[in-house]
Amino acid sequence: MEIFGISTALLGSQLLVGLINGSFYAILSLGLAIIFGLLNIINFCHGAQYMMGAFVAWIALTRFGINYWVALIAAPLIVGIVGVLIERLMLRRLYKLDHLYGLLLTFGLALIFEGIFRDQFGISGESYEVPELLSGGVNLGFMFLPIYRGWVIIASLTVCFGTWYMIERTKLGAYLRAGTENSAMVQALGINVPLLITFTYGYGVALAAFAGVLAAPIFQVNPLMGSNLIIVVFAVVVIGGMGSIMGSILTGLGLGLIEGLTRVFYPEASSVVVFVIMVIVLLLRPAGLFGKS
Amino acid sequence: MSSRKYARTACAAALAALSFGAQAQISGGSVKIGVLTDLSGTYSDLAGSGAVLATKMAIDDFIANEKPSFKIEMVSADHQNKADIASNKAREWIERENVDTVTELVTTSTALAVMKVAKEKDRVVIMNGPASTPITNEQCNDVSVHYTYDTYALANGTAKAVTTQGGKSWFFLTADYAFGHALEKDSSAVVLANGGKIIGSVRHPFPGSDFSSFLLKAQASGAQVIGLANAGADTTNAIKQAAEFGITPKQSLAGLLMFITDIHSLGLKPTQGMYLTEGFYWDRTDETRAWSKRFFDKQKKMPTMVQAGQYSSIYHYLRAVKAAGTDDTSKVMAMMKKTPINDFFAKNGQIREDGRMVHDMYLMQVKKPADSKYPWDYYTIKATIPAADAFQPLALSRCPLIKK
Repeated sequence: MEIFGISTALLGSQLLVGLINGSFYAILSLGLAIIFGLLNIINFCHGAQYMMGAFVAWIALTRFGINYWVALIAAPLIVGIVGVLIERLMLRRLYKLDHLYGLLLTFGLALIFEGIFRDQFGISGESYEVPELLSGGVNLGFMFLPIYRGWVIIASLTVCFGTWYMIERTKLGAYLRAGTENSAMVQALGINVPLLITFTYGYGVALAAFAGVLAAPIFQVNPLMGSNLIIVVFAVVVIGGMGSIMGSILTGLGLGLIEGLTRVFYPEASSVVVFVIMVIVLLLRPAGLFGKS
Repeated sequence: MSSRKYARTACAAALAALSFGAQAQISGGSVKIGVLTDLSGTYSDLAGSGAVLATKMAIDDFIANEKPSFKIEMVSADHQNKADIASNKAREWIERENVDTVTELVTTSTALAVMKVAKEKDRVVIMNGPASTPITNEQCNDVSVHYTYDTYALANGTAKAVTTQGGKSWFFLTADYAFGHALEKDSSAVVLANGGKIIGSVRHPFPGSDFSSFLLKAQASGAQVIGLANAGADTTNAIKQAAEFGITPKQSLAGLLMFITDIHSLGLKPTQGMYLTEGFYWDRTDETRAWSKRFFDKQKKMPTMVQAGQYSSIYHYLRAVKAAGTDDTSKVMAMMKKTPINDFFAKNGQIREDGRMVHDMYLMQVKKPADSKYPWDYYTIKATIPAADAFQPLALSRCPLIKK
């Protein structure tokens, strides 16, 4: 069967690939949305932190023989700690200033991180093998789905919705949200707001690193892997509504699907379709699809 | 003044004038080489700092071996694979710093932009990184040399070998810019000429990272061969993902432009058995090994053909400057074209009227992991493609300099 000259099998497989990419967008834009929503910082080094997650996993495997499953926990922790240091030593001084300062600082940090990794490891990238448990694939009839890609969807969606639940439905999340609304009041109730903020930034960064570890077996681990992705992810956050947690998850998935479809019908436009949507959304709903104006 | 004293003074003055005259042939008193390359982006491993090192090695060796009477200087900069940055830098170098030759120029768009500036300012351009054939066809000019390789030679090596060995139906995965288009066009012509057929192609944004959608299209086409008309990280990611989706080994991949750094980064497991065409392999002869080991000691990586070609071309350029006794562009170009190239990189290489340096190319096959005995032991040389067959014959040239 064909739709507009494209077989349904090909269409189905492209939608699935779109969903896989969408889950990467979702987890990355979620991290950005949390950091922006709760700290008002436009974290431009999110892409570099994603790349660092992948590199930490690769270094752990090749230098220390630490396997994928341990790296999936350890790499986000290590990169998250780097995030905590960045928040304590640098970002903390900028909260009272315009957004632009945070953006410039994190952009500078991204360039520094990429430069260091480029200098150390070159640009061709390093190979990270798919863990044995997840190697191979299943024939779905319309396509061959690598098991690892299926795992990426499950892992990232679980983390995304877990994060949403934590922020929107738990006491800790309530403190966080209250702390950003009126930090003086919350502090008066005996809650350590600065510590909460540090934790939030560290967690957002850890999310980026987690996505990096997930990506390592799919892409060559490369110092520029984050910078190629980050602009699209920012567009996703803007379309979803800056700071909206559920918005970023759903928009990430949706845009992955739309991008996948564009690759079937007009591949040349696949790199700009997200930005076309961003322009349309900004014109019609400047606060984004899920944002509060 | 006594007549003797006068004669002595006159002689001294004449000598001084003579030596000044000889010096004056070199503008600004020194030959200045500007290496404009990708120092930070996707091509920085295959060209980049290795190309700068190769240039420096060529200059040092030339000074030690040929003892020139002129000074040689080098400057380098990162063009970031952007044509506007490249042409602005080249213009600044030529106008303010009196650079005599702008060289390397990986990425076709930067090369074409600098060729225009150099033509306007009458300076030599020596290109090693860029691959597209338009450089010596429609866009050719009399100040440019295209030295190491081009898309015609790559197609003529890899696409021909794969087609004649039974890979008759092709689907192209093409980077959507000038280089990808040129590589697809040249490869398609070779496939068709050897009895193959083209089933389809898809153009992907450059640079890309996720190729799974495009690979699924290629898979659905049922073609025997998926031709990768891209380079660098795009190629390595596509190869990795093709294995992940079970596309290889049912369909085979042909990497139409791959460098030894790409094989090194992917490892032999996903690349084994692939054919590729190169103008240089470090482990080919004693001469190539000797030079490559010197390079390796400093760079900690074996050289790509671009880096080896960079050394060879700069040495050749400096020799032409010395032989011509001037850095005047037309005289140096004439001397470079007149003199054959014989070094570790090329035997009886020759720069043609259209600026194309023709030399032997090599068809390689990537070894199986078990057959690789020592670090960087990656290729088996399957065939030497003689210079006359490797490059587009002058009779087919679309270069306006060629009189028909």
